[in-house]
Amino acid sequence: MNLTINGVEHELSSPPLGSLLAALREEVGLTGAKAGCQQGGCGACTVLVDGEPVRACLLPLAAVDGASITTVEGLGTPEHLSPVQAAFHQEYGSQCGFCTPGMLIATHALLQRTPSPSRGEIEDALRGHVCRCTGYVKIIDAVEAAANGATAASGAGA
Amino acid sequence: MARVSVTTSEEQAVVIPRSREEAVAAFGAGDGVTVMGGGTILMPELTSGRVRPERVLLLGRAGLDGQKEDGARLVIGAGVRIADLMDAPEPLGTAARRVGDAEIRSQATLGGNLCATAGADYPRGDLQAPLIALGATVRSAGAGGEHVEPVEEFLAGDPSSRLVLEVEVPTDRRGAYASVGRPHAHSYTILAVSGSVGPDGSDLRLAAAGAGPKSVRLDGPDGDPASSAGVALADDALASTWYRKKMLPVLVARVLSDLKENA
Repeated sequence: MNLTINGVEHELSSPPLGSLLAALREEVGLTGAKAGCQQGGCGACTVLVDGEPVRACLLPLAAVDGASITTVEGLGTPEHLSPVQAAFHQEYGSQCGFCTPGMLIATHALLQRTPSPSRGEIEDALRGHVCRCTGYVKIIDAVEAAANGATAASGAGA
Repeated sequence: MARVSVTTSEEQAVVIPRSREEAVAAFGAGDGVTVMGGGTILMPELTSGRVRPERVLLLGRAGLDGQKEDGARLVIGAGVRIADLMDAPEPLGTAARRVGDAEIRSQATLGGNLCATAGADYPRGDLQAPLIALGATVRSAGAGGEHVEPVEEFLAGDPSSRLVLEVEVPTDRRGAYASVGRPHAHSYTILAVSGSVGPDGSDLRLAAAGAGPKSVRLDGPDGDPASSAGVALADDALASTWYRKKMLPVLVARVLSDLKENA
């Protein structure tokens, strides 16, 4: 199976009924998407498939043959955080960080679709993402900040 | 193009049909075939090893994801994503908006939801009751060829022996939906009542989801809440039979009131 992952083409030999998540983590070595509940209920494995946020744990590899995948590693780098990553950093939108990759991917997709979401729209977009640390308020603040571009310029290392 | 067939080291065959005809041929009579629509129900079973199918039919590329209006009927392909049903005729639209979360709704399919079996301690298939209430019909393939039958008859049979191709719902009925709130986005419906009436306000149909392992039609005279007496109410981790028994007439009354108000 051939996939483009974060802009790089890969030919994968993981089992076709294995999850995209397992292939990403165990064959490609990209461990940003987290293996949390592995039944679609926590959101930590969320990646973009052809631009749409999906649960990598719920997709068999065979179903995404030929697709373009973006994981959290494809959003930005430690030196050059994406605007969403920078906003989460600046607004304290992450504590233990386990849910953060899924939150970042879902937020990235939301802002592509809806550049100025209401708080209710943010809550709807993140409803499937479980965070046991923050109580969500700072995460939603971070999404609003990213939407406002408040932190986009200051970015990394702030 | 010929269908792609890959065999894994564990001798599991994966079949990816590229058309409706290929899907029907690959399903055959359904013997030993496990069908995957969006994967949201089946993938956790495969990953955990609870299900080890010999032959899996992945429907994502079979072209079953179209919707078209045909007179006063909407024909919805089995592969249509739940996210694309959020504006469907009521009460189907409301029920679709309440399934899982945004990502789950954009992966999960109508056919998968219709054929969902109950989980270990909860019902699944939250769209079954709205479809029963609308008087929807299912076209399926399998042994004996293609059948068209009402959703409740389809569910009363063995859905796993049929390949759902499409569902037809009327677009000229008025619908209403009332449910017990879910504890969180990933809970299945504890109890929900769907109802609809024909264009002239008669021909009331009511159905309940969450009352038991499968959705059921509430067929009391004119939706008399007492009609719930005949429904076997589940007692599970989400709600007791006592609670469901108290709530069912309340939800029926809300649906009837909504249907009257919007007349």
